[in-house]
Amino acid sequence: MTKILLATDGSEHSKRALEKAIKLAKKSEQTTVDMIYAVDGSKSKSDVLQYGDTDTANYQRLKKLKALGEPLREAGVEANYHIVHGEPAKAIIAFANERDYDMVVIGSRGRSEVQKFLLGSVSHKLVKYVHAPVVVVK
Amino acid sequence: MRKVFSKDEWLGNVRGDVLAGIVVALALIPEAIAFSIIAGVDPMVGLYASFSIAVVIAFVGGRPGMISGATGAMALLMTTLVAEHGLQYLLAATVLTGILQVLAGVFKLAKYMKFIPRSVMVGFVNALAILIFTSQLQHFVDETWVMFALVGLTLAIIYLLPLITKAVPSTLIAIIVVTALAIFMNFGVRTVGDMGELTRTLPMFLIPDIPLNFETLQIIFPYALALTVVGLLESLLTASIVDDATDTESDKNMESRGQGIANITTGFFGGMAGCAMIGQSVINVKSGGKGRLSSLVAGVVLMFLIIVLGNIVVQIPMAALAGVMIMVSIGTFDWSSLKTLHIVPKSDVAVMVVTVAVVVYTHDLSIGVLSGVVLSALFFAAKISKVKVMSLLVDGGDKRIYYIKGQLFFASVTEFLTKFDFSEEIKEVELDFTHAHLWDDSAAGALDKIEAKFEQHGTHVIKKGLNIESTELMDKIGGITKGADH
Repeated sequence: MTKILLATDGSEHSKRALEKAIKLAKKSEQTTVDMIYAVDGSKSKSDVLQYGDTDTANYQRLKKLKALGEPLREAGVEANYHIVHGEPAKAIIAFANERDYDMVVIGSRGRSEVQKFLLGSVSHKLVKYVHAPVVVVK
Repeated sequence: MRKVFSKDEWLGNVRGDVLAGIVVALALIPEAIAFSIIAGVDPMVGLYASFSIAVVIAFVGGRPGMISGATGAMALLMTTLVAEHGLQYLLAATVLTGILQVLAGVFKLAKYMKFIPRSVMVGFVNALAILIFTSQLQHFVDETWVMFALVGLTLAIIYLLPLITKAVPSTLIAIIVVTALAIFMNFGVRTVGDMGELTRTLPMFLIPDIPLNFETLQIIFPYALALTVVGLLESLLTASIVDDATDTESDKNMESRGQGIANITTGFFGGMAGCAMIGQSVINVKSGGKGRLSSLVAGVVLMFLIIVLGNIVVQIPMAALAGVMIMVSIGTFDWSSLKTLHIVPKSDVAVMVVTVAVVVYTHDLSIGVLSGVVLSALFFAAKISKVKVMSLLVDGGDKRIYYIKGQLFFASVTEFLTKFDFSEEIKEVELDFTHAHLWDDSAAGALDKIEAKFEQHGTHVIKKGLNIESTELMDKIGGITKGADH
């Protein structure tokens, strides 16, 4: 059984990463894809303002994450969804290394050029610190 | 209630808390000075406040990892009090604010936060951002191009430096560069030193020098009340944001009480009232801080830097501070609220805009919040007071059945009563309440009235489908008004 971790932020690049993850998953039987989304401090501010409290915010995030993962279900791939909190690279690395993944898939860039610069490249840090092989999708 | 001296909350994250605390201290200094200037007091008043609040809240706060200090929201409320009555009254108001906040904590008022709609909270932060921005405009009056250039340079460094390195806070570098430039080039621009005295001493315990009588209370109470509300509002909002960012829970009533204790202490040590700071708390969490230690380190390092570097701090040009404040206001504004403007309900947008408009007009966040809450309550009442009544003639025209759907209460009964034809020549009407709920004595009264009016025309009334609560309500107060009619 193969386990893939797919990091996403809803950007175009992470949509392509999702397509790649589906292709990889289809290569072998019984593959599960865990989709993960990291909430950073600034996102906490706008989400708490929009949804009122952390429980509602998490519920809405999970709903959005599941919607993003719809192609997985359509392709018949078993999927799980996780929300983590904190600095995205750190939180995703910790999550990945605590569990036994055969592969981690991530888009090469975040939501925008500026954010990629400001937040540093999450994909770059994942390649460096995740124990499992990391696939960076361009 | 959680234990204050929880080992994990203090020592669970020492390295992260110490580093984040230092970063926060550096970011706190310019803000504390700028907020003092907004309030119209010496820079030391804000610096003492940030020191004392950050240190006290580390011990008694309910949300580890949250940063509190002198804030813009509170400073804006003090301006008039300081201008008309002076610093001593502000210190007394600060102590009174603390007492009221402790009471709010003891009586567990935090749960009433849920009555403040989210659109009001969004209006609150957006209005705060706008006020912080406009409070800086006075520094540009009658200034030369040098001022504008230095503010521009400050902002350029703040926003562009992170593209190269994030090792040092860009705000600090911006202040150092602009201050150095102003000193060496001898621009002669206004500096922090021109705005008031900066003494390099530790705060001392002092009882505010005011007459302790009813007249004093009359002066400070309205300010203290507004400070209490705004302080708790921003603190509890920030606590929820830190809850979310760290994925942990906090004790909101303990936080209310803690904010109170911090403000009481601060008032006696010559500081202005403060509360939690969204921006600084986000900086703290992003820098790796999440324990109580981070707030303690932030406060102590802040005071240490002021004592050591006080003579340099007074030479910071106002231009650098104005630049930092413009950055703070941009960071405070909830930009995502503009992006979702077209998808949220129109009434929510109206509440947000009205909250902002009232605050900008009155310069008082508490009045803005109150207006927002009242307006949303009115919108809600308007929405829910729509009662649907459909009717059907049966039994060969002898009987009419009214199907009633909706919430019957004081705001909906007037319109509800117009939906019946009391003069119709029939033997019997049936009122079907299966999809309705009676909420108050206005609803019970309306029902009695309907019955009475039909019976005056000799029409018999049957009530059907009342749910248990509504039946109980009718049993308790129904029949009273009907009896009075006869």
